Amino acid sequence: MEPIVVQNIFKQFGNVSALHDISFTVAPGELFGLIGPDGAGKSTLFRILATLLLADKGKAMVNGLDVVKDYRAIRRQVGYMPGKFSLYQDLTVEENLHFFATIFNTTIKENYDLIRDIYEQIAPFKTRPAGKLSGGMKQKLALCCALVHKPSVLFLDEPTTGVDPVSRKEFWDMLQRLKEKNIPILVSTPYMDEATLCDRVALMQNGAIMQIDTPSTIVSQFRTKIWAIKSNDMYRLIRDLRAHPEVQSCFAFGEFLHVTMTADPEEVRSSLTTGGHTGLVIQPANAGIEDVFMSLMQAQTQAV
Amino acid sequence: MTQAAITTTALTKRFGNFIATNAISFDVAQGEIFGFLGANGAGKTTAMRMLCGLLRPSSGEARVAGFDIYTQTEQIKQRIGYMSQKFSLYEDLTVKENIRFYGGIYGLSNSQIREKTADLLQRLSLEQEGNMLVRALPLGWKQKLAFSIAVIHDPSIVFLDEPTGGVDPITRRQFWDLIYESAAKGVTIFVTTHYMDEAEYCNRISIMVDGKIKALDTPAALKKQFGADTMNEVFLQLARAKS
Repeated sequence: MEPIVVQNIFKQFGNVSALHDISFTVAPGELFGLIGPDGAGKSTLFRILATLLLADKGKAMVNGLDVVKDYRAIRRQVGYMPGKFSLYQDLTVEENLHFFATIFNTTIKENYDLIRDIYEQIAPFKTRPAGKLSGGMKQKLALCCALVHKPSVLFLDEPTTGVDPVSRKEFWDMLQRLKEKNIPILVSTPYMDEATLCDRVALMQNGAIMQIDTPSTIVSQFRTKIWAIKSNDMYRLIRDLRAHPEVQSCFAFGEFLHVTMTADPEEVRSSLTTGGHTGLVIQPANAGIEDVFMSLMQAQTQAV
Repeated sequence: MTQAAITTTALTKRFGNFIATNAISFDVAQGEIFGFLGANGAGKTTAMRMLCGLLRPSSGEARVAGFDIYTQTEQIKQRIGYMSQKFSLYEDLTVKENIRFYGGIYGLSNSQIREKTADLLQRLSLEQEGNMLVRALPLGWKQKLAFSIAVIHDPSIVFLDEPTGGVDPITRRQFWDLIYESAAKGVTIFVTTHYMDEAEYCNRISIMVDGKIKALDTPAALKKQFGADTMNEVFLQLARAKS
């Protein structure tokens, strides 16, 4: 049986549908990403899988164990890094790690192989209180604490949120190395660019999964033609393009705007030039995960 | 020539032996969108707190909206707006109550507050939600509302500390529409972000590494200087170079 199986999970908080008919499986050694903004339902799903919250409906299994009936066994087998920093701020780096090893009846030494790579990066600060570490360091320590009992499944809830691009890259490099140890990892992120670092992803919004597949398939199946457009006055360009009757969507994407339109690009070029734009560039662009996500979001909003 | 919105000269803050902000010097023009980037712990927050008049520098000079950051912090606070991802609005007040509260804090008259409230709700299409608790609003709406409230007293500069963290991609861009709109009206925008695509939306960017400003230019010039295709590559090159 696959190490993580989620079948038709529903969860309601008052009037809010936090999770709506969520189903997916994660294969052995797979790095599976839940991609979506705050409020998509990612943390709720983690809490259900970590046996901290009951679903209203549906079924979920971790290592073949039921998240409701077998919660005690599951808790011994999984490593869970919550979205909110949950280590002891006034214990040192070393004390935190030692604490988590002890409550799982193990020692740092016993499973040191698994955490060596990561722990060596924070070892110079091992006598510093966890609360005084930088954001990236905190996340590395939290990952060590989640791994110290050699879990057979890893749940990481937004490990890179609020972390700078360098630390984010280092964190993902560590996950790639952990994959080699064949531990299945379920990881969530609001950063769309991180989707490409996962084997498969579920794109989530408003408690529902909009699409599940490998990142490359998701992007290659996206059929809408995208144009990258820029000029010397980007703010006016956004407004002018949105006012154009044959432009469907227009969003900033780095130094360009990404535009979907039925208009002929040459017609758009001449009308923008007439409108006084200089430094115009109009060229075809390759869609990324974020383009697909935004397109799915708009479709979801229209369907409601 | 228009007056610079922010000027700093060798601005420094020490905490004991640790130099959080190390002699940074830069100018920000009125109406400019200035991206203030750096790794966690690079000293951005310390610099920002000094510029907002909340933290006294150890040495160096700076003027914000024409006022001195040692002696005129109260005047500075009246002329700036501030918003961060962590602190923005009171969740258990309604939308209108938040507007009234902040309007009052910034010394607007009752008639000004009434006028601003109507205008703001209409611009954000929140007329129906005026009496809803802020807690009940989706995150994206909260952030857009928080920005509008941060500029309710028509400040000449607004400081935005990671304003778009965790926000969905469409709302993130709508948020930048608000930023562009304010800048077009002449408001200076001083913004930090971890989204490198957003760095491209700024007129100029500074990148801090270990308390110092290591690069400062337009996104296009920085990419050229570092032979990079994206701001993300520029950032990685700079922040990596230290270790």
